[in-house]
Amino acid sequence: MAEVKPRIKLDRKQAKKGDLVEVKALVSHIMETGLRKDASGNIIARKILNRFTCTVNGKEVFSADFEPAISANPYIQFKFRAQESGPVVLTWIDDDGTKIVGEESLTVT
Amino acid sequence: MPLTFNRRQALTISAAALTAAAWGGAIVPALAAKNDSDELIKKFTGGKTPAEGRVRLDLPEIAENGNTVPMTVSVESPMTDQSYVSDVLIVSDGNPRGGVATFHFSPASGVSEANIRIRLAETQNVIAVAKMNDGSYFMASKPVKVTIGGCGG
Repeated sequence: MAEVKPRIKLDRKQAKKGDLVEVKALVSHIMETGLRKDASGNIIARKILNRFTCTVNGKEVFSADFEPAISANPYIQFKFRAQESGPVVLTWIDDDGTKIVGEESLTVT
Repeated sequence: MPLTFNRRQALTISAAALTAAAWGGAIVPALAAKNDSDELIKKFTGGKTPAEGRVRLDLPEIAENGNTVPMTVSVESPMTDQSYVSDVLIVSDGNPRGGVATFHFSPASGVSEANIRIRLAETQNVIAVAKMNDGSYFMASKPVKVTIGGCGG
C-alpha cells in the first residue's frame, strides 16, 4: 500500500504557555472490521488502526485505543495544553504493526 | 353509546391488550445490551458502578448514515495534577462488538475532550465511562437512531 500521509491541522502554530491547542487529524485507512464477508462468503481480514498517540516534544499528551467501531478514514479531534515548543507527533499503529506518522511544529512563547 | 361492552368488543379489547403485553415483553429484553458492552464497563471500572454525571456525550439524535457518526465526549474536570480524568471508555450496546474506543488523558491534555467518528450498526445506546485519577467513575449514555446501519450490513 502506498505511503499514507495523514492530514493534521493545529488551530495555531504559535501559542502562549498554558493555551489550549486544538488538533484535528484525518488519515486514509479502510478500518476493515473483520466481520464483513466478500461475495463468496469469505471473511474479509481485519485491518484496524488500533492505537493512536500524540506526543509534544516527546511527551505524550493524548492517546486512544480504537476498536472496529471507528469509521473508515478515522478523524480525531482533541486538545492539549501548550507547555513547550517542539514537534507535535501523531502516530497511528496498524494491526500488522505498521505505523502512520505525521508531524507539525508548535512554538510556545 | 353507553359505556358497556358486548362480548365481541370485550374480546377485541383483551386481544389488543395481550398484543401490547407481548410487545412490551419483547421490548424489555431488547433494552439489555446485546453484546459485551456490560462486561467491558465492568472490566474498566473493576466492578464499581459509575455515577451519572460530569460526562457529556454529544451525538446526533438521528444518524442518517451509521457508517460515520460524529461523537464528542467531554468530562468536567480541572485537569490539574491533583484532579484529572485518566481514561474514558466508549461502548455501544447494539454493535456486533461493544467496544468503540478508549481515550487516555493526562494533566498535559489540559481538557478532557475528544471528537471521533464512529460506526453504529443499528439504533442503540452509546455509553461513555470516565475514570478519574482518584478512582471514581462517572458515566453518560445517549440513544442514537440509525437509519442506515454501518457495519457492512
